[in-house]
Amino acid sequence: MGQGCLYGLIALGFVLIYKATEIVNFAQGELLMMGAFFAVTYIVILELPYWLGLLLTILSMAVFGYLLDKLIIRSMIGESQFSVIILTISIGFILRSVAGAFWGNDILSLETPYSGEMANIAGLIISQEYLVVIAGTVILSLALFLFFRYSSLGVAMQASSQNQLAAYYMGIPVKRVFSLIWAVSAVVAAVAGTLMAPISLVSPSMGFIGIKAFAAAVIGGFGSLPGALIGGLIIGGTEQLAGSYLPVGFQEITAYLIMFLVLTIRPQGLFAQIQQKKV
Amino acid sequence: MRIIFKTSYLQDIKLLKHSGYIFWYGLLLAAVLIAPAALDEFYIGEMAFIFVYAIAGLGLMIPVGFTGLPSLGHAAFMAVGAYANAYFLNQGFPFLVSVPLAAIISAAVGGMIAIPLKRMTGIYFAIATLAFAIIVEEIIVHWKSVTGGNGGMAVDYPVIFGKEMDETWQFYFICLAFLLIVLYLTLNLIRSPTGRAFIAIRDSEISAESMGINLSIYKIKSFAVSGLFTGLAGALFAHRLAFLAPDAFNFLLSVQLLMMVVIGGLGTVHGAIFGAIFVGLLPQTIAIAKDFLPPAIGEFPGLEPGLFGVILVLFIIFEPMGLYGRWLKFKLFLEMFPLYRKATFKRQKSYLKTERVQ
Repeated sequence: MGQGCLYGLIALGFVLIYKATEIVNFAQGELLMMGAFFAVTYIVILELPYWLGLLLTILSMAVFGYLLDKLIIRSMIGESQFSVIILTISIGFILRSVAGAFWGNDILSLETPYSGEMANIAGLIISQEYLVVIAGTVILSLALFLFFRYSSLGVAMQASSQNQLAAYYMGIPVKRVFSLIWAVSAVVAAVAGTLMAPISLVSPSMGFIGIKAFAAAVIGGFGSLPGALIGGLIIGGTEQLAGSYLPVGFQEITAYLIMFLVLTIRPQGLFAQIQQKKV
Repeated sequence: MRIIFKTSYLQDIKLLKHSGYIFWYGLLLAAVLIAPAALDEFYIGEMAFIFVYAIAGLGLMIPVGFTGLPSLGHAAFMAVGAYANAYFLNQGFPFLVSVPLAAIISAAVGGMIAIPLKRMTGIYFAIATLAFAIIVEEIIVHWKSVTGGNGGMAVDYPVIFGKEMDETWQFYFICLAFLLIVLYLTLNLIRSPTGRAFIAIRDSEISAESMGINLSIYKIKSFAVSGLFTGLAGALFAHRLAFLAPDAFNFLLSVQLLMMVVIGGLGTVHGAIFGAIFVGLLPQTIAIAKDFLPPAIGEFPGLEPGLFGVILVLFIIFEPMGLYGRWLKFKLFLEMFPLYRKATFKRQKSYLKTERVQ
């Protein structure tokens, strides 16, 4: 469950950006890695309290995501999807080596107030870290839901994702909204990174989990926020099952096998909301 | 600017359009043929490597540049070609049999993987190919009886008619011969009806379909041909590496291949070659540049992928037509001098392209 929630959270970041701007951000895993590194910097190296560190991480990642869109991605408007894909892949590579340069390629760990403790729920013993991941996912999804439903900025984001031109005519600054969406997505990645840091250690290559989260997003239909979470849960669950019941090696590829299966049967994913333009 | 006076219909489909082509490409061929006599052995080895990359680049150019299928998993075809070749060689097949066999197996894999892929478009396609590459890597790790797993497997020098080709220049000529064959096939392919169909699919699937092109068959064909060439490159790559391990064919190699076709110039045969030269020379350039850099930057391990990323970003933002596009602009500048206008190639103002219903 915890692992699935993590996949779901990263997938959520993909879907947020894709739904609004039609850009697939292959660097989402690297954003998560940056988030985890920021958290380590604030909490472990600067020895700030956990909650303050978390807040600072979220703020710095929001600024980072905003600037990433404003400075780099913005110049790609009108280019083919393929060049944008390559662009984000290369941004991922750059981020990974920048992180390696700043923080070193050693593995760091993040101590949290809750790590190492066990919780006993109805006879099941679960480590607190996973419970926190699940709780964090629920809280974040709820916050996102409320944000998109009730705040004017959230409604503006929905509007510009549905029809940019119409949104523009209605007086929504579409460009700034796009940058803000990148900021929101970076925040989601930062939270996922901070939640993941105590479970798997922090290193520049932790962003590779993003590829599996892709599978989650694709299964969910790449345009639907609940779909992304459900996709993450499906993948996290089957992966654990495959790890216990199937021969070695299957655990690594179950995510992709499921994705192939879903794509072959339903090329649009399970919960597709976005229709393709016909001509 | 040369205006060709056409006197027969056959002139339209000539590979070498006029005497200028014959002269310059002849000169290039001659230079490549005498290079082993003139250059140091190290450079010959590097050039052979560039030839292998160029074959793989042509293989990737067919789906990405000509059919418009963005593949992020071409390292998998190289892996299939390399391992199949090594396996057949270990079973005692001669080099001239095992390399084509490996390429054909890779083509079959390409055709098969295209069957589920053919319905997907855009990002779904890209992600599915990426997943395919990861699955292949995982299969290689675990199919120990054929691939040796993580322990790897050794590849001997190629043997042709009982003679061992252990000199660098011999390998150089083998790679050159294969590159020339692949070049000829590619040039012929893209001016044949099949190639035209590929290009039509790239430009618009819907209009291609309404012109009577069977999308799924042509997408499968495109991937099979691509698998053939990339598998061939993989088979030669195996000899170059001399020792195969699964992590030689990871995501970074796929990105390198992509970088080749993007930097070289999407949708051109020249682009694949230019890109191969660029990617082949880049590590050497970095190695040389390291001596001049302060140790803090020069010694730093993630430098190469990071630099790859930076170069790719710069190319995509500032020169989407790649090196070949830059070369065309330069040529036009010389031909038109002093009448060249900067706006000739200027991209028209573009808006966000959407694939959704508005």
